[in-house]
Amino acid sequence: MFGKEFFRHGVHPPEAKDLTADVPIRRVPFPDQIVLPLRQHIGAPSRALVRKGDRVERGDKIAEAGGFVSVAIHASASGTVKDVEKRAHPDGSYVDSIVIDVEAHSAQVPRPRVIPHWEGLDKKELLRAIQDGGLVGMGGAAFPAHVKLSPPPDQKIDTLLLNGCECEPYLTTDHRTMVEYPERCHIGTRILMKVLGVKKAVVGIERNKPDAIKIMRETVPDDLDIEVLPLTVKYPQGAEKMLIKAVMDREVPEGGLPMNVGVVVMNVASVATVAEIFETGQPLIERILTVTGSGIKKPRNLIVPIGMKVGDVIDACGGFTDDACKVIMGGPMMGPAQGNMETPILKGTSGVVVLNEEEAHPQATYPCIKCGHCLDACPVFLDPQHLGSLGLNMEYMEMYDKNHLSTCMLCGCCSYVCPSHIPLSHLFGVAKSALRSEGVRV
Amino acid sequence: MSKPSLLLTASPHVLGPDSTPRIMWTVVATLIPIIATSVFFFGPSALLILIAAGAGAVLTERLIGRKGSLNDGSAAITGILLGLTLPPGMPLWMAFLGGFFGIAFGKLIFGGLGQNPFNPALLGRAFLQAAFPVAITTWPTTDGPWGALRGDNFALPLMSPKVVDGTTGATPLGLFKFEQTGTGMGNLLMGNTSGSVGETFGLLILICGAYLAWKNYLNWRIPVSIFATVFAFSGILWLVDSSAYQSPMFMLFSGGLMLGAIYMATDMVTSPTTNPGCWIFGAGIGFLVMVIRVWGGLPEGMMYSILFMNALVPFINRSTRPRVFGQQPKARAAKSEEAKS
Repeated sequence: MFGKEFFRHGVHPPEAKDLTADVPIRRVPFPDQIVLPLRQHIGAPSRALVRKGDRVERGDKIAEAGGFVSVAIHASASGTVKDVEKRAHPDGSYVDSIVIDVEAHSAQVPRPRVIPHWEGLDKKELLRAIQDGGLVGMGGAAFPAHVKLSPPPDQKIDTLLLNGCECEPYLTTDHRTMVEYPERCHIGTRILMKVLGVKKAVVGIERNKPDAIKIMRETVPDDLDIEVLPLTVKYPQGAEKMLIKAVMDREVPEGGLPMNVGVVVMNVASVATVAEIFETGQPLIERILTVTGSGIKKPRNLIVPIGMKVGDVIDACGGFTDDACKVIMGGPMMGPAQGNMETPILKGTSGVVVLNEEEAHPQATYPCIKCGHCLDACPVFLDPQHLGSLGLNMEYMEMYDKNHLSTCMLCGCCSYVCPSHIPLSHLFGVAKSALRSEGVRV
Repeated sequence: MSKPSLLLTASPHVLGPDSTPRIMWTVVATLIPIIATSVFFFGPSALLILIAAGAGAVLTERLIGRKGSLNDGSAAITGILLGLTLPPGMPLWMAFLGGFFGIAFGKLIFGGLGQNPFNPALLGRAFLQAAFPVAITTWPTTDGPWGALRGDNFALPLMSPKVVDGTTGATPLGLFKFEQTGTGMGNLLMGNTSGSVGETFGLLILICGAYLAWKNYLNWRIPVSIFATVFAFSGILWLVDSSAYQSPMFMLFSGGLMLGAIYMATDMVTSPTTNPGCWIFGAGIGFLVMVIRVWGGLPEGMMYSILFMNALVPFINRSTRPRVFGQQPKARAAKSEEAKS
């Protein structure tokens, strides 16, 4: 392609992927209870279709899309709806969730259904099937996939970009997906290329996954123009804008979307799920998840039903070690720490990382010494030092108006390098939510 | 499942290896070889001056600074750096007073670490220069018995120091400016000249600076920019008339230029945060120091150049902010707006 295979700035946190990089994906036994929040994606929450006491089979649609930027939710296990009630969400809030008591000794076989072959469907039907399959971006942001895949007619898309970077430390979800299900990735790519009407697809993979690069290359179908491109290992290589810059040397305009530069980016796990939706008819009811870290007895890569509680997932991996200290949903750079073991795994949860006391030990903070390291780390060239001092003084409008706060993607590079351990990206997150609660779109 | 007591903090949950105290104490560690050679050249006087200036800075920080702020190491740096810029024969009480002034009025009055606009060590020195202009320009030579004091170090406070005859001389810059005498390059590089406690051994300062730059504990653009500007400026003058002006190498290795460029100008708090800003900052210092040295009344101008550029740092930072990712250049953005309407 035309990019330099890297973007400017960024950081190099320890990768820590060895724990699970070679561990094959395994299924886990079904838990006793599943919690499915109606808000698992960016956009409008889904609308529940079931009530207390209803019996559901695995794969049944139990909530429908609550708007265009919204998707359906399906039962990830057979059982009885205990209630639709407020339950703990990984972001710290309590949201309406469908709670299912899983039937013990159930075969967990989905109802038989007719799966129309995707080649016979037109673009609109494919998109509806994807929305009905409940597909969202599975790399973390959980943006409804069909929205990304329906650019307005005046936006010409020329390339489908598959994100196999997995730049977050510890996580090996996408890595194992590519190593174990490369064909599924390519089938999904074929379907998405038809949806978008593009001739060219590129898979961007960081160089620290040579086995994934090799397998993905070897399995590319002859009739498709799919390029597997090894990329520099650097955080946040997997951020959409950084990936597009590295692969295509195109810069998404400020406030714009990848489609503005003719690209649609999809995470490899989402693409593999597209194949599943059309090949087996199974909607997004389970996902591959890395459970790892120094605080876990047996780090593993698992297939878990969506809605399984984080505590059950940890138990499935041998439980906590004695010195476990912090549970993180997602990767350690951006994932929120969890205090409630009842919070469920969502569609967009790519991992559970448990750190021990030594690694999670909080660091003392010092005053800013204006070293400028954060400016050298910020992948979108903000001035985190200045933004941080504004944030501490709660001058949020100034951050938004004059200092490009909305360009910040909260990747955490500035906090990572700060020698004074000032929680910069946290300050920016706080500023963003404060502005949003006042109705500012940031 | 037994749930351990869990820690809830904001992401990121992994942090880089650097910390502010580590940066500060590493800088202190790189100063140790410079201190050792200064003691070699100037005997016990050098050590006494460093201890006095250091004590002034550290005690002031301890007494009126925030609790525990000594641990970050910045007061120790200020004290040592101030000591390194003073003549070895100076009365100790003056050095102590300089340390006090640098910390109290150079740093704590602005709110402590990170808040000061001016380099505190240099502000302390500027105070001493204004208060004791003779004492701060009385330079001992490097010869004479090692163990002897290089001046009236133990003069009582507020008493004028006794002049010790025969052991004082001019610095290479002073020699050149007022007596039109050159100094051998070898002596300049190895520090065997008159001068402040720690400024003379240019080569060693350069090596320590290279280590700090490699650790990313100083922004290499600042010293490189200073050297390049001074080299170019003095090189042109030297080519025009090599008898009236000194060679570029002499300019680089004489006076406080090395110490100032490596340890003073790169002070993180008082230098620009942007990389283009660092180039401008360094070029400004290099230009000013040449103007003062060549046309000014003083033989050396490193201190005033850095302090002057310190004052411009907020302005430099504001005008060199990088273009944000995806931000349209103003002209093009205006054009596309036109096209839309």
